[in-house]
Amino acid sequence: MKRALALSFVLITAAACNRADAPPSRFGFGRAATPAEIQTLDIDVGPDGVGLPAGQGTAVAGAPVYAAKCATCHGSAGEGTPIAAALVGRIPNDSFNYATSTGGDRRKTVGSWWPHATTLYDYIRRAMPFDKPGTLTPDEIYAVTAFLLAKNEIVKDDFVIDATSLPAVKMPSRDRFVADDREKSNRVR
Amino acid sequence: MARRDEQKRPASPASVTDPSAVLEPLLSRRSVVVGAALAVGASVMQGMAAPVPQARPTPPIVPDGPVPDPTTVLGRLPNELGVRSQFEKAKRRPSNTSSQSPLDDLYGAITPSELHFERHHGGVAVVDPATYTLLIHGLVERPMIFTLDDLKRFPSASRICFLECAGNMARGAKEETRAQQVCGLTSQSEWTGVMLSTLFKEVGVRPDASWFLAEGQDAAVMSRSIPLEKAFDDAMIVYAQNGEAIRPEQGYPARLLLPGWEGNTNVKWLRRLELSTRPFMTREETSKYTEAIKGDKARQFSFVIDARSIITSPTYPGRVEKGWIEIRGIAWSGRGKIRRAELSFDEGKSWVAATLQAPVLSKAHTRFRHLYEWDGTEVTVMSRAVDETGYVQPTVRELVDARGPGSGPYHLNPITGWRFRPDGSVTFRTEKWA
Ligand code: HEC
Repeated sequence: MKRALALSFVLITAAACNRADAPPSRFGFGRAATPAEIQTLDIDVGPDGVGLPAGQGTAVAGAPVYAAKCATCHGSAGEGTPIAAALVGRIPNDSFNYATSTGGDRRKTVGSWWPHATTLYDYIRRAMPFDKPGTLTPDEIYAVTAFLLAKNEIVKDDFVIDATSLPAVKMPSRDRFVADDREKSNRVR
Repeated sequence: MARRDEQKRPASPASVTDPSAVLEPLLSRRSVVVGAALAVGASVMQGMAAPVPQARPTPPIVPDGPVPDPTTVLGRLPNELGVRSQFEKAKRRPSNTSSQSPLDDLYGAITPSELHFERHHGGVAVVDPATYTLLIHGLVERPMIFTLDDLKRFPSASRICFLECAGNMARGAKEETRAQQVCGLTSQSEWTGVMLSTLFKEVGVRPDASWFLAEGQDAAVMSRSIPLEKAFDDAMIVYAQNGEAIRPEQGYPARLLLPGWEGNTNVKWLRRLELSTRPFMTREETSKYTEAIKGDKARQFSFVIDARSIITSPTYPGRVEKGWIEIRGIAWSGRGKIRRAELSFDEGKSWVAATLQAPVLSKAHTRFRHLYEWDGTEVTVMSRAVDETGYVQPTVRELVDARGPGSGPYHLNPITGWRFRPDGSVTFRTEKWA
């Protein structure tokens, strides 16, 4: 009797394990990605510079690229146009009182608002020029990045921007960003 | 046979009272169509592509002038793709960067897919589903590529939830503003796809991973960093919306869905997920979708949509009449379910609970209604949402006090209202934003 019970228990457990609807840990759908396939798509640039390609540029080299490929929409000195926002402009003393100030020019530009210089490379490579995305070479992207940093008086005109120097550029608003804390409370934050 | 049908049929189309008597033979035997149609007269033929009515294209017959008595006109035969009634005019309100849902023209909880709001940063991408792939790599055991068919083979799930743009408040709107313009960058659909946790288990997430990048294949190659916990909470990769493939402007053929989180993170035309130890600091999580707060700081990774509501009827440019009015609206919260939708008729001094339409779903537009007998004197009706966490939708004043007058444009969810005037007009309750 005892043996019979034990046996039926074993059978039931085995049956449970073979239940058709018990999900497997893996389904085996999809296929392995090759290193080459990953490399083609893996275009992101992190704040630590991971992902920056070989190449370099200075503001001097970037000026003609900017004039030819960016200025029509962003203005010849990055001051912005009705088509696209200003990219250049600092606020005196790098004041960051956007939330409380009710007057003055509080435009959010690369110089006044952006916390990471690497974002410039990453974003321009992805999305600019707006009407011809994906057409710039790495050297051109480094050069317009250097141009925008220099126009914002963050680097000098002859400063060489490359995979090592770009993540080391300290942006004026670098320490202004804090994590969202709204969900820590049900009060209005 | 045709003779017999003819005998049954009245001579004049004006007295056709039983359309099925006409349709039955038309549909069952093509050979009969011509003779039968001829027999019932030329005016019935109008709009019918005889002799093969089944192949007729879809445009509705838009009559010139008054609509004829529909009992006297043979209607359109079944076709392949439906279109809404020619009399319905609800439309999105497009700008260069977005289009708003006509909240004041909608009923119930689901937004028709064709009226779902849009917000893109590089236009609507055209992606071929036959060559579509999703790459998952980075801190995973097995970097993998999934086709659309692969995604559809995995266990599927459906969920109804809202999707709202983080920048969905027209500050300082004037009295002549529709609900659509106040906050029409929110819509609701039933989404179907695969849980992201299922895919992440398939590739094997490494223990040191804590964030992932979601990247689209539009002209902006949109990219956002998402905390890994969301993937194992309720994130999905969806390929269907309201029972059909998702719309091009919603990321066809597949997008990320992060219920309750700001729209921009729900990356469309999704092509790649990369797991990492840290966020990537993309432009949309630094330059944009961050908001200034008091203390000379900016809030970053502010994902969740706070509770809010809007009355959708009666609203401008609608009109009201003395007597019973059903006040209707929607309330929603990215934190969970709506607990209460409340109305105030005295500038927020007191609040009454409206009736919530069941089912009340988590992170979903919830329809509310309230019967109100209007005596014809001027009154302002305001709405506010309370969610299951106890969060109460704030006033403009409370928002400004908490964050500062220069905060925004993101995550602004103030109480709004509408003024019923003695002349029957309804206007938006204007408010100074400072
Ligand atoms: C055809 C017009 C056009 C051209 C040309 C153009 N841009 Fe832009 N740019 C835009 C628009 C529009 C946006 C905003 C895109 C959005 O809505 O997300 C933008 C955004 C940007 C931003 C982000 C601004 C911010 O504050 O977040 C940067 C940086 C930028 N462009 C750099 C460039 C550079 C560098 C070039 C030249 C290589 C360039 N753009 C060429 C139209 C243009």
